[in-house]
Amino acid sequence: MTTALLVAVLAAGGTALVLQRGPLRLVIGFVLLGHVGTVLVLASGGGDRRGVPLLGQGPEDVPLGDPLPQAFVLTAVVIAFAITVHLLGVLRAEESAAEDDEEDADVEVEQERRARSRRAEQGADGPSRAREVAADEAGTPAPGDDGTGAS
Amino acid sequence: MSGEVLVVLPVVLPLLVAGALVLVRGATRGGSPALARWAGVVTTGAVGVVAGALLATTLGGEVPAVRVGGWAPGIAIALAADVFSSAVLLAVSLVVLAGLVHARGTGEDRAPALVPLVLVMAAGVHGALLTADLFNLFVFVELMLVPSYVLLLLGRRRTKRRLAAARLYVSVNLLASTVFLVGVGLVYAATGTVALGELAQGEPTPARQAAVWLLLLSMGAKCAAVPLHGWLSRSYAVAGPAVVAIFSGLLTKTGVVVLVRLDALLVPEGSAVPAVVLVVGLVTAVVGVLLAVGEHDVTAVLVAHMVSQVGYLLTGLGLATTAGTAAVVVFLVQYVLVKAALLMVAGALETRYGTGRLDDLGSLAHREPVLAAAFALSAAALVGLPPTSGFVGKLGLVTAAGEDGRWVTAAVLVAVSLLTLVSMLKLWDRVFWGPAEAAPALAMAPSGSGAADDADPGRTAGVTPQAPAGRAGAGRPDAGPDAGAGSGPGPGSARAPGADGSGSDAAGSDVAGGRGGHRERVALVGPPLVLGALALVAGVGGEALLVVGAAAAQGLADPSAWVAAVTGGAP
Repeated sequence: MTTALLVAVLAAGGTALVLQRGPLRLVIGFVLLGHVGTVLVLASGGGDRRGVPLLGQGPEDVPLGDPLPQAFVLTAVVIAFAITVHLLGVLRAEESAAEDDEEDADVEVEQERRARSRRAEQGADGPSRAREVAADEAGTPAPGDDGTGAS
Repeated sequence: MSGEVLVVLPVVLPLLVAGALVLVRGATRGGSPALARWAGVVTTGAVGVVAGALLATTLGGEVPAVRVGGWAPGIAIALAADVFSSAVLLAVSLVVLAGLVHARGTGEDRAPALVPLVLVMAAGVHGALLTADLFNLFVFVELMLVPSYVLLLLGRRRTKRRLAAARLYVSVNLLASTVFLVGVGLVYAATGTVALGELAQGEPTPARQAAVWLLLLSMGAKCAAVPLHGWLSRSYAVAGPAVVAIFSGLLTKTGVVVLVRLDALLVPEGSAVPAVVLVVGLVTAVVGVLLAVGEHDVTAVLVAHMVSQVGYLLTGLGLATTAGTAAVVVFLVQYVLVKAALLMVAGALETRYGTGRLDDLGSLAHREPVLAAAFALSAAALVGLPPTSGFVGKLGLVTAAGEDGRWVTAAVLVAVSLLTLVSMLKLWDRVFWGPAEAAPALAMAPSGSGAADDADPGRTAGVTPQAPAGRAGAGRPDAGPDAGAGSGPGPGSARAPGADGSGSDAAGSDVAGGRGGHRERVALVGPPLVLGALALVAGVGGEALLVVGAAAAQGLADPSAWVAAVTGGAP
């Protein structure tokens, strides 16, 4: 019962946070949702069996815990942690990418100007595409890849 | 015995090579790109050979299975290959191979992490294909996704828009993975096992089936089924060309493969699952093809069609007949190659001309006969025109729907094919068709000189003057980074001295150096042509595809041999 409530509260909180604006809330929301998985999988081994899952290591009268979900959770936690860190890295990069925007904007403006003059008569289609292209063309390979560390 | 080794190799080999590459790179401070390149190609080729051997073995009726370390069933990491997984494995390794070669042409393999990451991702996909355990399936899918998070922006400049797309991509997949994990936990709570073999033998209790629905939902998000498709076009739009081609063959298709596997093993007769999958598939097919109408960029159009084709696969799965499943297998195997070929054509265009916008391209058939041929072949296969492989796949799907008396389904599938044809004609018309004289627009592309490569210099000389001088590549001092990353001075500068006047281009790009030679050009246009030709060959020799599809469907419809193999012989 406690576990069920815990899962419910975590899931509700996580969902609410993910749905809100703000990058950090997204990450914390996903941390909570990750915990939902963790607690739920742990509980799937039976909440009342709490003994150390090693033969001959724990007290005799306590039923052994199910080691399989514990192994699952260990794996899942590592994966969730890695992805969370990567997500934080992306968000961080997104914030600092603001500084490049001026240069981006110059390229974009130039590109759009050229694009517009080029197809003055059929300019119906969105400038956002032109911006994409501009961004592509302005792309220089990033120095190193700060994402790899997270994985 | 040898069968056991074969089953383990596709997972272990890429991981080992990827690890070794990272070590070497660390030891030699940057490592050698050539080493990584060759290691990647050789490893993937070896996996392809293994997949071929597995396919031959499984077609003979065997199910090679292995419990790693010899642990008891239920605890061991069990891997098993049947016809279905072997055939998909073969197709996937071909796509990865072509993608790695293509990355050489697009210059994406200058990022030293590319090859190791792709190998790890491939190992995850291979594992997801071969595993016989629900939790290991989760781990393998994560193993596939984690490198993809990094690959998405690898070597690309990190603009806000791209990072926002990466955030979306990571978030959606993290959410779907969490749902999958919860599903796995619930399955374990309901049944006490996550071994697929034991689950297939077990009773489909309501509690277990509720958990299975969660698993299917999660995979639906991963394979971009409508209404969970929104992330696909937004995130794929920002990735590098070769990376998108590899993604297209690996990520969404793994979602479909897992759906097929779970559907075969965990969904009992009379379940509501097939009906739902059928409706979702039809909606996905229609919505995807309509999404493509509004796109004005070659890659974006193709990515939208990716959604549509996933709809085809789901529709075939939703038919819940053996013929339907056989058609799904045939369609999947050939489609993976075809879509990768198309995306590589788009990638080559973007590399050569610095843009994939339909408005900026045109009349390229003369300049790029190889790309045009590759596009024509694979677009015909995507539409499903005979004698390409797409025809075999779509004919199978429509026939299976008809045999089942589902005429609406068959009609929708044909109609979507027609819309796909319209869309491909649009691409052909805007990109390749038209008189050569109508091509001056291309001189505006940053690679005025790059466009010269396949053509003789005389033609380029004839074309360029028609473009206003202010638009020629060398005429804009601000065009340095633009032109450099877009396509560089192009192969022309290396070979044709006459085209090498664009000094500002060369100065603006550290990129161009890696793209100058003949090899890069072959690496750029070769893979799509080979895959396109393969689509033609597989279409003409469609009999082989059908045999494989029928055998795979047989194995999925009656998984007892597979179950016996993974549960250690117990019937």
